[in-house]
Amino acid sequence: MKSFEYTVKDEMGIHARPAGILVKQLASVKSSVKIEVKAKDKSADAKRLMAVMKMAVKQGDTVTVTVEGEDEDTAAPQIEQFFKENF
Amino acid sequence: MIKGTGRPVYEGVAIGRIYVHSKQQTVTDKKCADIEKELARFSEAKETAREELQVLYDKTLKEIGEEQAAIIEVQSLFLDDLDFVEGIEDMIKAGSDAAFSVHEIGDAQASTFAALDDEYMKARATDIRDISDRLVRILTGAAQGFRMDEPGIIVAEDLTPSETVALDKDKILAFVTRQGSSNSHTAILARVMNIPSLVLTDIDIDPSLNGRTMIVDGFAGNYYIDPDDATMKAMLEKKEKAGAYKAGLESYRGKESVTRKGQHVSLFANIGSPDDIKYVLDGDAEGIGLLRSEFLYLGRDSFPTEDELFEAYRKVVEAMNGKKVVIRTLDIGADKKVDYFNLTPEENPALGYRGIRICLTQKDIFRTQLRAIYRASSYGKVAIMFPMIISEKEIEEIKKCCEEVEAELKAEGVPLNPVEHGIMIETPAAAVMSDQLAPLVDFFSVGTNDLTQYTLAIDRQNEKLDAFYDAHHPAIMRLLAMIARNAHKAGIWAGICGELAGDLSLTDEFLKMGYDELSVAPSRILELRKNVIESNI
Repeated sequence: MKSFEYTVKDEMGIHARPAGILVKQLASVKSSVKIEVKAKDKSADAKRLMAVMKMAVKQGDTVTVTVEGEDEDTAAPQIEQFFKENF
Repeated sequence: MIKGTGRPVYEGVAIGRIYVHSKQQTVTDKKCADIEKELARFSEAKETAREELQVLYDKTLKEIGEEQAAIIEVQSLFLDDLDFVEGIEDMIKAGSDAAFSVHEIGDAQASTFAALDDEYMKARATDIRDISDRLVRILTGAAQGFRMDEPGIIVAEDLTPSETVALDKDKILAFVTRQGSSNSHTAILARVMNIPSLVLTDIDIDPSLNGRTMIVDGFAGNYYIDPDDATMKAMLEKKEKAGAYKAGLESYRGKESVTRKGQHVSLFANIGSPDDIKYVLDGDAEGIGLLRSEFLYLGRDSFPTEDELFEAYRKVVEAMNGKKVVIRTLDIGADKKVDYFNLTPEENPALGYRGIRICLTQKDIFRTQLRAIYRASSYGKVAIMFPMIISEKEIEEIKKCCEEVEAELKAEGVPLNPVEHGIMIETPAAAVMSDQLAPLVDFFSVGTNDLTQYTLAIDRQNEKLDAFYDAHHPAIMRLLAMIARNAHKAGIWAGICGELAGDLSLTDEFLKMGYDELSVAPSRILELRKNVIESNI
């Protein structure tokens, strides 16, 4: 299991379009990917777009992303990179 | 050839292809026979939707911009959303048909989004509804969002104001509706647009009519589908003759509307949106006697801003180039579908919370409108008219609002021109009290449609009552005479802006009563002017 924390900098939060791109990219990841905002007690399967959007993650929220599965070692850094570039 | 009849609401002959305008399909709880086949249909529908969205995305990106295009892109992402897709597939596997499953799951997802405490995410509910509507449309084979590629004749059950807002008016040759009445929205629109139209027709509306040739004879009230050669020839001749009559009216263009004995009357136009300006100029109107404000509020999901209102009003005022423009403040009620007003459904919307009653209760709506109208005043000659008045108290309250808004704008340094304030006389109460109301305002404009419906206690949308509805009822004539007399006693002008103003058999009567202005559908001006010029009054 690999996980990282990231504080959202985008003023729109995790909004529809980048969330959609994230979900698209995750389609090729075999591991399960969970996204959480611990402070608000919300979590979702990061491969499910509507579920991620319903979390309504805002600027300043700290998300915890957990990757678990056979390709977690390669996937986790890629996902973290994606968060840094897009949110 | 199929021949049928209907009630003509505007004369003329139109020949063109049929476009069937069908309502949003209602989706019912249906079971499917073959689950595997239904799953495959759903999957195909998704692909079709994806292709449609791609086309829409490219078009939007090119014509509107990236922000709008991004919304389309989000919609296509929803097509692959696991919760959405799995939810639908689970329902199909449990035996429901695909369209119903999409509708149910789409609805459920949209509702949870609408309930989120985040404005941006809340708004995504619309995107989910949009995408599920698209899928339902594809699955049920309903016509894809109404669009006309070439000019044609619209065949529909009936059209609501919000539906007509979305139509491409340049391409409509005629309306043929199965429901409606002489005073229905479609009929009024047909008169503004100057196109032959029939309501209450006996037509069987079916998607197979799409693309077939139709002739609408707005003189006789007939229509022909797939006309034979003899009919086509006869109708082409009739069309030409009608054209010649219209051309004959052209000699009245630019002439003064004065009777043989020298009585002058202003012939103004009634319009429903800035887009109608072209009909006003074509029709040679001397001003605008009724600019409805409803168009600014229909077909959207939030209140228009002051700037949006101002821009629309300014466009009309500027286009009229110094000629008078009478702007009526919002006259909307529970019969119009404007969800964001949060109007509760009423037993009797015609007698309900509408028009000035909304404006005087929710003053913020009113003030925004007044500010926009006053701001537009500096671009020409503007008058404001208030609907549904029944008492002096209302006028006093309105005046107070107007004074406040005017003072506020002056303090802000906004340039203003003097604005006339008038009221619609459309309730029997206002007609009866017109002697006391006249000194409080600058003009009266009689709304004969509502005045007749309220005086005769006849619902003008109810076609069953058409037989009882007498537009020339002596009670109406008496009220009309009294209103003009009381206006002139107080030294103000009086006009008529209902459909009755264009009734050529009454022009002499109105001139005798002394009406100063008649405001009619733009297409009727020349005909009415001919009548005035030939009058011996």
